[in-house]
Amino acid sequence: MTEPVVSVRDLRVYYGTPRGPARAVDRVALDIAPGETLGVVGESGSGKSTLGRGILGLLPEGTGIAGEVLYQGRNLVGMSKEELRHMRGPELGLIFQEPMTRLNPLLRIQEHFEETLRQHHPKLDRDEIRRRALEALGRTGIPPTRYKQYPHEFSGGMRQRIMIALALVLKPKLLIADEPTTALDVIVEAQIIRLLADLKKTSGTAVMLITHNLGIVAEACDRVAVMYGGKIVEEGDARKVFANPVHPYTRELLRSTISLETKSLHTIPGAPPSLITPPPGCLFHPRCPDAMRVCALKAPIEQRLEDGRRVQCWRHGPAEAIPDGGTEPLEREEIAVANEA
Amino acid sequence: MPTKPESEVMDRPAAEAAGTAARGFISVRNLKTYFEIRGSVLDRLTGRDAGTVKAVDDVSFELAQGEVLGLVGESGSGKSTLGRTLLGLAPATGGSATFQGREIVGMGERDLRALRAQMQMVFQDPHAALNPAMTIEQSVGHPLIIHKRAKGREEIRRHVAAALDRVGLSPPETYLDKYPNDLSGGQKQRAVIARAIVLDPVLLVADEPVSMLDMSVRSKILQLMIDLKDKLNLTYLYITHDLATAKFFCDRIAILYLGRIVEIGEASAIYEAPKHPYTRALLTAIPDPDPTRDIPRDLPRGEIPDAAKPPFGCAFHPRCPMAFAPCGWEIRDLRDLLEARWAGMAEEAHQAERALLGTIEAPDAPEPTSRLSAAPGATGEALLALLERIRNDDPAEPFWTGVKAMRAGDGCVEIDWHPPERPELLDLGAAHAACHLHNAELRARYGKAG
Repeated sequence: MTEPVVSVRDLRVYYGTPRGPARAVDRVALDIAPGETLGVVGESGSGKSTLGRGILGLLPEGTGIAGEVLYQGRNLVGMSKEELRHMRGPELGLIFQEPMTRLNPLLRIQEHFEETLRQHHPKLDRDEIRRRALEALGRTGIPPTRYKQYPHEFSGGMRQRIMIALALVLKPKLLIADEPTTALDVIVEAQIIRLLADLKKTSGTAVMLITHNLGIVAEACDRVAVMYGGKIVEEGDARKVFANPVHPYTRELLRSTISLETKSLHTIPGAPPSLITPPPGCLFHPRCPDAMRVCALKAPIEQRLEDGRRVQCWRHGPAEAIPDGGTEPLEREEIAVANEA
Repeated sequence: MPTKPESEVMDRPAAEAAGTAARGFISVRNLKTYFEIRGSVLDRLTGRDAGTVKAVDDVSFELAQGEVLGLVGESGSGKSTLGRTLLGLAPATGGSATFQGREIVGMGERDLRALRAQMQMVFQDPHAALNPAMTIEQSVGHPLIIHKRAKGREEIRRHVAAALDRVGLSPPETYLDKYPNDLSGGQKQRAVIARAIVLDPVLLVADEPVSMLDMSVRSKILQLMIDLKDKLNLTYLYITHDLATAKFFCDRIAILYLGRIVEIGEASAIYEAPKHPYTRALLTAIPDPDPTRDIPRDLPRGEIPDAAKPPFGCAFHPRCPMAFAPCGWEIRDLRDLLEARWAGMAEEAHQAERALLGTIEAPDAPEPTSRLSAAPGATGEALLALLERIRNDDPAEPFWTGVKAMRAGDGCVEIDWHPPERPELLDLGAAHAACHLHNAELRARYGKAG
């Protein structure tokens, strides 16, 4: 495997809450290879956005972070704010969910590009800035005739294209896109996903696509990491994971996703785990139809399967770590309807 | 308690045909909801019209009791305004909408309020729909007080508890004193639904009730709504942008685009054989977790246009891959075409082309011939040559089907258009669709194959 753009090792992120620390990201490890698109999926509270922000050093003041985010041999965790600020943009780019809130309504598109490029390349002259900006805008489908317009003169989809162009103009090695299409209509969403997929092919930028939408990952990503309760529970080739999920949560999530092919409604009983007082053992065991006794006792140990997939589930071993009788089905109390949804 | 009329079998096909229709549970005829755009002070002083947004424009449909009708479209399609108009929350500009035979358009606020006890709404954002300072008991019980259906704490509590129990928030005692903040998104939406059913309504207008929820919660709320429909004999208007959930839930589907119904019919027909290119586009755009599927490539371009200045002819024509001569081609489409061309061009080439072109002025109404002015110093001949070159670069571009002729004039190019025709809903058997592709006469006139 080629040298990864970013290696995350044992990353932990804690938020302080009045009821105690919440483990938003819990011992996460992952690599992103140059030019690949990694989808990070999970539901609200799974830690997927926190993971993206943690990698970029964009967590709110007072958040606890530990572990390693290795970029070109340097650990971004613990790096000074000033250093991180220089990395963001030319090295690590970011696209947010709400494009309107990220563009300054008082600045023309031209000024956004001038500010961004001057920040990182102070010596560029105006013509060169214009040339680079129009090139980036052209690749996202924004015509040069609109270079001097203000953000409010653009539609939602075009604003997101401008955000993507603003990130790409600095030619980052890694682009983190946090729910880039959630605020958009379904046809525009498909247009943006197609654009991201095309850009990846032409620019070689690695993309980490954070989304709750499994359909988007299946269509646009090479690899997928499924998060649950702050952990990556399954990670592997996107097509393989969707064709044959090995973690019960991935399988149940896929089954409960409503698509045009859905024949009957499927639900996962219960609700996502508390991050402040998580259940013992595997975080998914209270909702898992396959749960065994060991699942309620010990946290699962990550296993690597033959096809390169990683999974955290006792169903996949290691057998020697399971105590006697641990593979018996878990008897449990009925999940109260009250705790549903 | 209101007594619900027995559900009756409606003569739906007859009711669907516009004009004389059997009286339905809900019957909407040529309904219009327009909003005036407020211009500047100067505009108002000089009496200049800042424009009108036709949020709902000449919409007709029938809804039988116990039926689920999906109103599907992108933002700006008018689907939410249509729902609000039926509840009297947005005043109609014209047309008719009857609910159990009573006319809603023009009804006074007092009568509307009484009627609304039977027609309730479920909103998209459960976090915003519940007052954070009110307990669940207060929120869910509020309609009982407004409509004077229950007196005294005990009676209200009994009604609220029954409603909470129905939506799966049980045992209700654990939720009565909670605040919205204490609940998860799915639980909040259950509370919103409890509030909507606490008055025993007969109609629920559900505006994107599951869009803000996580995937694993969506199917739970959808299941709940299906269960409630059967238990409480409810009729639903399900407003959504998502054809996947609508497929599950709806008996019939109406696809809206820029305030008009472009296709309406039995859900099975809409999904199996969509008749309108916009319906087809919505269906292909839905992301699907099927690993064998690729990113859809044949997507419509652009986005839903400005409702204050809708395109001529068929509002969907600028984005439609199938559009042909009568669909309403105009000078604005040429501007879009040029912009799309320039976005992919090198700076010098783009500047050279742009230097030939003057400003493009879009007329307010269709005109048989448009004058495209050349830039000062450029000739009409040079501009015409540019347009011919653009046409030769991509002759399959649908825009050119609308151009009858182009000729160089004095400092301009004159473009003759084929006259725009506004598509009306055509009866296509299982569905009605407003698209010229189904108009044999127009197809023959313009030699549209296929």
